Amino acid sequence: MIKVEEISKSFDGIEILKEISTVFDKGKTNLIIGQSGSGKTVLMKCLLGLLEVDRGNIYFDNEKFDKENISAVANLRKEVGTVFQGSALFDSMTVLENIIFPMKMFSNTTDEEMLIRAQEVINRVDLKDADNKYPSEISGGMKKRVAIARAIVLNPKYLFCDEPNSGLDPKTAIIIDKLIQEITIEYNITTIINTHDMNSVMEIGDKIIFLVQGEKVWEGNNKQILKTNNKLVNDFVYSSELLRKVGKLGG
Amino acid sequence: MKLFFHIGRYFLMIKYTFTKFTKWNVLKKLIVQEIDDLIIGSIWIVAFMSFLVGGVVAIQTALNIESPFLPGNLIGFATRQSVILEFAPTLISIIMAGKVGSFITSSIGTMRVTEQIDALEVMGVNSFNYLIFPKIISLMLYPFLITLAMFLGILGGYVASVYAGFSTSFDFIQGIQLDFKVFHVIYAYIKTTLFAFILATIPSYHGFFMKGGALEVGKASNISFVWTSIVIIIINFVVTQLLLA
Ligand SMILES: Nc1ncnc2c1ncn2[C@@H]1O[C@H](COP(=O)(O)OP(=O)(O)O)[C@@H](O)[C@H]1O
Ligand SMILES: [Mg+2]
Repeated sequence: MIKVEEISKSFDGIEILKEISTVFDKGKTNLIIGQSGSGKTVLMKCLLGLLEVDRGNIYFDNEKFDKENISAVANLRKEVGTVFQGSALFDSMTVLENIIFPMKMFSNTTDEEMLIRAQEVINRVDLKDADNKYPSEISGGMKKRVAIARAIVLNPKYLFCDEPNSGLDPKTAIIIDKLIQEITIEYNITTIINTHDMNSVMEIGDKIIFLVQGEKVWEGNNKQILKTNNKLVNDFVYSSELLRKVGKLGG
Repeated sequence: MKLFFHIGRYFLMIKYTFTKFTKWNVLKKLIVQEIDDLIIGSIWIVAFMSFLVGGVVAIQTALNIESPFLPGNLIGFATRQSVILEFAPTLISIIMAGKVGSFITSSIGTMRVTEQIDALEVMGVNSFNYLIFPKIISLMLYPFLITLAMFLGILGGYVASVYAGFSTSFDFIQGIQLDFKVFHVIYAYIKTTLFAFILATIPSYHGFFMKGGALEVGKASNISFVWTSIVIIIINFVVTQLLLA
């Protein structure tokens, strides 16, 4: 579980996040949704400690994230897996080396044990015949699988995914979404996903917070989101033509 | 002042580069890779440039001093002095600011814009140490490149002046040995070592702190080249004032 208390963040005097409070549950896929530029990535980077919040607190399972406490931060880092928007694979390394990298940096296991563990996660994300390829040689969908494999290789308690299905065709996008959801349940991870894709919202929206210009304007799940009267949510949901039609059919 | 902000942040970057070290067996491989990219990968261009520039220096000296009263060994002497004191350390370093410098800025900048640096950071890797330290260490081999440049520069001068008939082989070789001061070589290597540090760190700074996308990576490489060259020229001036004047 991750708890966020009234966090705010400004860049050059412009407030990008405005007093956001919420709780992200364990074993669930928690979605941060909103249009491009609404502050999803900034919020995620604040949670990851890549950006410093101006005000507010963040708790990882009731332990307050305190930047000054170096050893606590270092320990937390090992419990967090991240899938960045463009996958952020290391170009200079093969797929296998990318996946082994976190183990190489932080665990004292033997090369053999690392290979066994890498093979486990490679099988888990269903990545075939890519071990010795470089990131530039594989498709976008494969890259996401590699990024997910790398993120879960150290058995994280928290998994962050920034628009994990951006740039993918709709079919692959759903497969990747489902994969993240399965992994979340299987390993009981607190997963946070940024997205603006309504398909994802409907498929894996166990818990949803909706941002408009850095403000949390609604919170709920994928069953409630179609029923709410919140005008901003409706605008966002029904900006997709298809859903508007489906919505009307459903009354 | 924006400049002071950059200078301050540059020195902080250097400080972070030497804290929280990456595991040695990971670092070792990175250093080998950097030596290959930065040093080995520059041998040919350094050899080519210094040989030709040495030749040009010798020919120009010869053309400017065509007086029967001047000793024949002057061409060799002047070529040696110019190549060791200035052309090999400084001119080659400016060229390296273009070659090695823009390579460093664009590779680190690309990692920045594609969030690879963020990925390192969230894993708990000190990205400064991981990315910059191996570059600094591998560029500590830079004096070898400059030694090569000195040698080939003088050889170029020899070939050009002897084969074009400006000097005899005997005169030129005598000129090279004339009035040889060890301190001049020490001065050249002090400069070279400072330049090596600049070549590793200023381009890293420009890559590390860039913002934007692919287009900005190109711009950052450009600005990095300009600043690396300016700093090299300034350091050259200061060191020369301090040590030779
Ligand atoms: N490092 C930064 N400096 C200044 N402004 C930023 C920075 N990062 C993000 N922003 C601004 O914050 C806003 C939210 O961005 P972001 O979180 O990336 O949106 P999204 O919801 O699409 O992920 C945007 O207006 C963006 O320009
Ligand atoms: Mg974003």
